[in-house]
Amino acid sequence: MYSKKVLQHFTHPKFFGKIKNPDAIGTAGNPRCGDLLTLYLKIDEKTKKIKEIKFETLGCAAAIAASDMICQLAKGKNLHQVMNISFEDVSKELGVLPPVKIHCAHLVTEALRDAIDKYREKIL
Amino acid sequence: MKNRKIYFDYAATTPLDGAVFRKMMPYLKEKYGNPSSIHKFGQETSQAIDTSREQVAKFLGCKLSEIVFTGSASESDNLAIRGLLKALKQRKRTGEGVHIITSQIEHKAVLETCKDLEKEGIKVSYLPVGPDGLINLDDLKAEIIPETDLVSIMYANNEMGAVQPIKKIGRIIAEANKNKEHKIYFHSDAVQAANWLSCRVNELGVDLLTLSGHKIYGPKGVGVLYVREGTPISPLITGGDQEGRLRAGTENVAGIVGMGEAISKIRNPKSEIRKMEVLRKKIVEGVLKIEESKLNGPIKKENRLPNIANFSFKGVEGEGLVISLDQEGVAASTGSACTSRELKPSHVLIAMGLSELEAHSSLRISLGKYTTIKEIDYFLRILPKIVERLRKISGR
Repeated sequence: MYSKKVLQHFTHPKFFGKIKNPDAIGTAGNPRCGDLLTLYLKIDEKTKKIKEIKFETLGCAAAIAASDMICQLAKGKNLHQVMNISFEDVSKELGVLPPVKIHCAHLVTEALRDAIDKYREKIL
Repeated sequence: MKNRKIYFDYAATTPLDGAVFRKMMPYLKEKYGNPSSIHKFGQETSQAIDTSREQVAKFLGCKLSEIVFTGSASESDNLAIRGLLKALKQRKRTGEGVHIITSQIEHKAVLETCKDLEKEGIKVSYLPVGPDGLINLDDLKAEIIPETDLVSIMYANNEMGAVQPIKKIGRIIAEANKNKEHKIYFHSDAVQAANWLSCRVNELGVDLLTLSGHKIYGPKGVGVLYVREGTPISPLITGGDQEGRLRAGTENVAGIVGMGEAISKIRNPKSEIRKMEVLRKKIVEGVLKIEESKLNGPIKKENRLPNIANFSFKGVEGEGLVISLDQEGVAASTGSACTSRELKPSHVLIAMGLSELEAHSSLRISLGKYTTIKEIDYFLRILPKIVERLRKISGR
């Protein structure tokens, strides 16, 4: 059902955990679908690049793998670049998610956008 | 370690018993006659079906003519419900209502069939269950109305093992039928119960009863529907005289032979159940040592199957748990519907009052005749580590 890449990110995620005093927090998911995720971001004030990013995800293997992947894709990029990361990018990088799991890729991009939106509101 | 293959998913399907397989073999190759043919080739296979029918009838304590072989238990459930209503419709006056009583925790084969029939204007009452997974008999009595035609209540639940009081339900229906203009028919899906509980139809008081081959160490692709003599029922698949004109199509001879052989091996010995209780107890005690874990479903032995245990773990999602266990060689299942399109968690656990998160965090362990203590020891060693890892990732 899952590609090797999904299982690898699920079994050995590199970005899970919390960040103390994050510059932005983004959330997505709901109890009904069973996936709840939070992204923690540290953003460089001048370059607007994501210096550090971590996730906490209650969810299926695909949701955890997609959380790890979005962190990997977002790290080091500036806010503009990050906003262009699509759920297709996440799915593709994971070696294509099964159709029933595409919503997991949606969910992680949603959480990232939520974090960026909140950050922009804060600094304005 | 990596080559370990531990199967804790007997409620999903059971392995085929070796002796059953050997009985089936000839009918997959050399004994290929069509049972409807009148020559020797046909006689040989039609006799094999007769033998199987005798074996099933013996198990159920019924007549041979009351057994219908189908392609699956889902088909049997559909034939029981739709076939009955189809036949009743021809008897009803125009405008006369049709009413079904079932429960909220039925197998989807019953539940979705009822929901589908609602679209056609048929009224359906879905009985709730308590936290123990059992229906309340007073609720049932209260739902019976003059229009009620069918009560369909599963014998034992596949997700958490609750055993419904089928005999008592049978008596309530018999009592109600005394004062009723038309009869209420009683169907029970006994797929999960067959390995452990008496399925003698006259004791239970059922008119229709569903069984499956592959849950009793028999083959997949074969089910049984018991239809009490005199019960109105119309076929859903037409086109031939097979199975008393209730199920057209050339018979799955090897499957039917396997069904009969598998059912004849069920003896319901108390020792088997005791053995299973010991294994289950070990699992339950071991799992509940994990912090913030809980057992879902009935506690009392008489209200549940001996081989199913359902747990929830706070801060863990069931599908991730099952995938992790699978990576360690243990096959189990979850009520988290993360793989289904609708994404809603188990309707059974929700009906029992679990929160959505609790239902999503569920793990079902179902044991069977090949389960060993060693397998359980291994499972109990790896499970806490997996739960801990997933909790770290979820931060909960």
